[in-house]
Amino acid sequence: MSRKVLTTPYIVWGAAFIILPLFMVLYYGCTGSDGSFTLSNITAMADSVHYKAFWNSVWIALASTLICLVISYPLAYILSKGKHRGSGIVIMLFILPMWINFLLRVLALQVILSKTGILNAILGFFGLPLQKLMYTKGAVLVGMVYDYIPFMILPIYNALCKIDKDVIEAAHDLGASARVTFQKIIIPLSLPGVISGIIMVFIPSISEFVVADILGGSKVLLFGNVIDQEFNVANNWNLGSGLSIVLMIFIFISMAIMNRHASEEGDNMLW
Amino acid sequence: MKNKLVELVNVSKSFGSTKVLDELCLEVKENEFLTLLGPSGCGKTTTLRIIGGFEKPDSGKVFFDGADITNVPANKRNLNTVFQKYALFGHMTIEENIAFGLKIKNKSDSYIKDKIKYALKLVNLEGFEKRKPTSLSGGQQQRIAIARAIVNEPKVLLLDEPLGALDLKLRQDMQYELMRLKEELGITFIYITHDQEEALTMSDKIIVMNKGYIQQMGTPEDIYNEPENAFVADFIGDSNIIDGIMLEDRLVEILGTKFECVDEGFGRNRPVDVVIRPEDVVLGEEGQGILDGVVTSLIFKGVHYEMEVEANGYEWLVHSTNCHPVGSKVSISVIPFNIQIMHKPESEDEKAVTIDE
Repeated sequence: MSRKVLTTPYIVWGAAFIILPLFMVLYYGCTGSDGSFTLSNITAMADSVHYKAFWNSVWIALASTLICLVISYPLAYILSKGKHRGSGIVIMLFILPMWINFLLRVLALQVILSKTGILNAILGFFGLPLQKLMYTKGAVLVGMVYDYIPFMILPIYNALCKIDKDVIEAAHDLGASARVTFQKIIIPLSLPGVISGIIMVFIPSISEFVVADILGGSKVLLFGNVIDQEFNVANNWNLGSGLSIVLMIFIFISMAIMNRHASEEGDNMLW
Repeated sequence: MKNKLVELVNVSKSFGSTKVLDELCLEVKENEFLTLLGPSGCGKTTTLRIIGGFEKPDSGKVFFDGADITNVPANKRNLNTVFQKYALFGHMTIEENIAFGLKIKNKSDSYIKDKIKYALKLVNLEGFEKRKPTSLSGGQQQRIAIARAIVNEPKVLLLDEPLGALDLKLRQDMQYELMRLKEELGITFIYITHDQEEALTMSDKIIVMNKGYIQQMGTPEDIYNEPENAFVADFIGDSNIIDGIMLEDRLVEILGTKFECVDEGFGRNRPVDVVIRPEDVVLGEEGQGILDGVVTSLIFKGVHYEMEVEANGYEWLVHSTNCHPVGSKVSISVIPFNIQIMHKPESEDEKAVTIDE
């Protein structure tokens, strides 16, 4: 039996579940309900509802990526410098939540943030006014950051661990203070990990809709929610596909920009 | 008399429960090529790292140019290091790598430009300014590492087995290159290696270390010709190390045979270690020498033949340009001057010299 035969299942799988659906999205997106060719599903982007939801998504994705980065970099740096460097026990603790179904984690957040939840219970205990935490952009943001932060920590941590101790000592040896070494050596050398982390967080969160559904309710409408509704509620596959094409093009462009940066900085991690 | 430039006084260092250096004292003079030589784990790298400021000694002091620098951090010391694995900055070009130290010292752009040019010329890599380190071979990377260190005009250059990762031919070329550099720059080199040939070729002074103790300090000739103990004799070059008894001044009994030698002051009938270099063993016709033996192996080594001769129950290692086929009967003789007599280790300190191989 030739080796090529062994790849057949994967080719079939790829054709059936990747190539074919993509063509179907393309077909539905470019046709009207009567099956005739039209671009109206794509130009429907200009509708203010779609347009606003899209920018909502971009804004939330950017914000959660930024928050993840701000939290993750110092954390990954401390972990990579720590005694447990490489042993992975501490990093495991941060990865552990990833093993639990993410819906469950979001539902747990709901319990914490709800009107009768733990946070408000604590506020009430101290006699402070109760806060409306659920069904706000803030709640969605918290959910997204909580869900995606491991994807930011890991690549940065890996990049930092890969930096040779000799290189840092060489910088000191050449007269660099700890601050200069951090700016000129450690940050640039960890940049591939940072870019990889940004891609890993930004790209999935731009099409996120479940977190917004559960934590944002109907108050926060993301682009993912719009597409979801077109398919599952309005049953308008054509419009849903058209908007999906717009989203895909946006993702491809973002990826291309970030990958160019990644390849400039040497090998990219995870991607 | 040259000045003392670097001095370590009673430096001790432990990692966990392992004592790496014990009350180590050494001094390096200006413009000297000093080599720390020893097997891995002998403490030579730790010594270098203490001089460089990457490790702090548990006790003892480090002096540089007369000033106590024990607590001065690495980035404030006027010396530079060439690392074993080059440690070039992968995200920078060659030019940026070399300029790194100068930019921190806020030198002018034209000064930096001149220095880069000068350094690249010195290491024979002109025109490499815009390349990235990963596009260079190991030998080229090591030269850039040297260039990056010397543009800062350090008083002392520390080299941590800089040629360890290179192949033999390149290593030999680089040895001459380094010696030339040292002459041109007129700075002090402190060099680490476990390769005795490299140490003998390049150094003005060699310090042989084992288990955190200095075994011997001296010129390459001293170390090779007059090893102070069996460890040094064994570590520096091949040698026959044989148990002997010092019968009286200038007479030693080896393997039941009396040999004349030139050493005195060991007392009478004292057990000693006798070192005879393989090239000092003279083979002759049977019955013509001090003792007779049979050649048991013969290997052609290029410059000489390496033979093993079984005589009085000991396999003598012999280097000679004359070939004696396996099985031939030969005599062995050694001129008195070439017999080295050494004390057997007695004290705690000296136990460190036992060869643990």
